[in-house]
Amino acid sequence: MDWSALRVSLWLGTGTILVLLPLGIWFGRVLAYRHFRGKLLVEALVTIPLILPPTVLGFYLLVTFGARSPLGRAFQAVIGHPLPFSFEGLLFASAIANIPFVVQPIQRGFEAISPDVRDAAACCGLSPWQRFLRIELPLAWPSVLTAAILTFAHTLGEFGVVLMVGGNLPGETRTLSIAIYDRMQAFDDRSAGIMAATLLVVATITLMVTTILSRQVNSRRG
Amino acid sequence: MRSHRTCVHVLLAIVLCLAWPAQSTAQKPPTIAAAANLNFVLKEVANAFAAARGTRVDLVFGASGTLTRQIRDGAPFELFLSADEDFPNQLNAAGLTRDAGAVYAIGRLVVFAPKGSPLTVDERLEGLARLVKAGGVSRFAIANPAVAPYGEAAEAVLRKRGVWDAIRPRLVLGDTIAQAAQFATTGNAVGGLIAYSLVVAPDFGDRGTYAVIPDADYPPLRQRMVLLKRASPTATQFYQYVLSDAARAMFRKYGYAVPQ
Repeated sequence: MDWSALRVSLWLGTGTILVLLPLGIWFGRVLAYRHFRGKLLVEALVTIPLILPPTVLGFYLLVTFGARSPLGRAFQAVIGHPLPFSFEGLLFASAIANIPFVVQPIQRGFEAISPDVRDAAACCGLSPWQRFLRIELPLAWPSVLTAAILTFAHTLGEFGVVLMVGGNLPGETRTLSIAIYDRMQAFDDRSAGIMAATLLVVATITLMVTTILSRQVNSRRG
Repeated sequence: MRSHRTCVHVLLAIVLCLAWPAQSTAQKPPTIAAAANLNFVLKEVANAFAAARGTRVDLVFGASGTLTRQIRDGAPFELFLSADEDFPNQLNAAGLTRDAGAVYAIGRLVVFAPKGSPLTVDERLEGLARLVKAGGVSRFAIANPAVAPYGEAAEAVLRKRGVWDAIRPRLVLGDTIAQAAQFATTGNAVGGLIAYSLVVAPDFGDRGTYAVIPDADYPPLRQRMVLLKRASPTATQFYQYVLSDAARAMFRKYGYAVPQ
C-alpha cells in the first residue's frame, strides 16, 4: 500500500470539492432558475467533460500551460514552477473534469424545490440571501452532498488526465490510480491488488451513500 | 434525517483523516526519471546509494520518449536515465541539460515465452518464425517503437529475422518495456521481446523461458543519462554513484553490459 499516493488522492478529492462546490452551487442555481439566451449551449458545455476523453483535456492543458507555451512560462514566472506536473496543476485539471458531476446534481436539486415554496419565502419578506441560505440551500442540501461525494469519488478514480499532466511524482502527483498502474509495471501485483481493492471499496460506499441521498430527494419531491 | 447526518459524519471523518501530517516539502528527495527497463536494477542502486550516503532519491519510471516529452513540458526531474542516446541528446540540444551526460549501461533484449506458451525460444527467433508461419501466434508483445527504445530494438530484430510483416497484425504494444513484459507474462500473448534486466530480476520470478538476442541483431541500446539544469547536489552525487564500480556491478548482475 502506497500511503503517500492515498494521501495525494484524498487531498485531491477534498481540494476539488472545496474549489468546485461554491462555484457549483452558484452556477447550478443559475441554471435551475434563470432562463437566458444560449442556455442550451452553456448546459452542453458544462456536460462536455463527461463525454470527452481525458486525453483531450490533458492535451490542451499541456499545450496551454506546459513550459514551452507563453502562458506556461508566465505561470512559471509567477508561481515558480509550471502548472503541469504539480499538485496545483492536478487540482486545476480535476476541477475542470468534475464540473458536470457538481453542477448537474445541484441544478436538479434546486429545480426540485417547488416554486410555491420560493414564492412563499419571498412573500414573507425574506431577502434573496436569506431565502437562499434558509430555504433553498437546506432543501437542496442532499443534492449538494451528492455532488460532493460524486466529485470525490470521481477524482479518486481519475486516471487519464493525471497520467498526462501529473508525471507520476511521488507525494505530489502520484495518485492511487496511478500508483496501481506503476506497481503493475513493477510486477508488484500484491500492492496493486491491495490498492485496487481499496478503490473498489471506496467506490461501492460512495455509490451506496449517493443512492440513499437521492432517495431522500425523491421522497421529498413526491 | 438520520442517515443524512451519518453522511455528514462520514465526510467529516474523511476530512479528519486528511489531517495527517503532510510530508515536508523542504527536504524532498530529488526526483529522478528513469527508463522502464531500469525498474529493478535502479531501485537496488538507489537503496545502496541511500545506505552509503544517507540520502534518498525518488524514482519515476516511464518510457524514455514520454519522460523526454514531460521534461520538455516542465516536469521537475533532476536526472534522466534514458534507454537510448537520442532522447538525452535532444534534451541537450534544447539546452535543458547541464552537459551531454554519460553512457551508463548497454541494454540487452530477450525473447520470452511464458509457461504453457506454444512458443519455443531461441536466439535466432526460428521458433517464432515457425509459429508465425503456422498461424499459432495470437499476440506477441513488444514495447511501442515510437516512445520506447527497446521497442525500436525489437522492431529491428523482427525485421532482421524477416517476420516483421507477418507478425505486425499480431503485435501488442506496451507503453513501456515493463508494460510489454506485463503483456508477455500475463494475458494472451505467446511471448514477447523484452528487456533482459526485467526477466532476471528476483521480483519477476520464474514465469517462463527466455533466450538472449545476439547484440549484432539490433542497434546497440546505449543508455545515456543526463543531469538537468535544475539538478541538486544530491542528484549530482547519484549521477556519479551510477558510474561507480559498485553500481556497475549491479548493472552487470541485471544483464547489462557496462561501458569501459
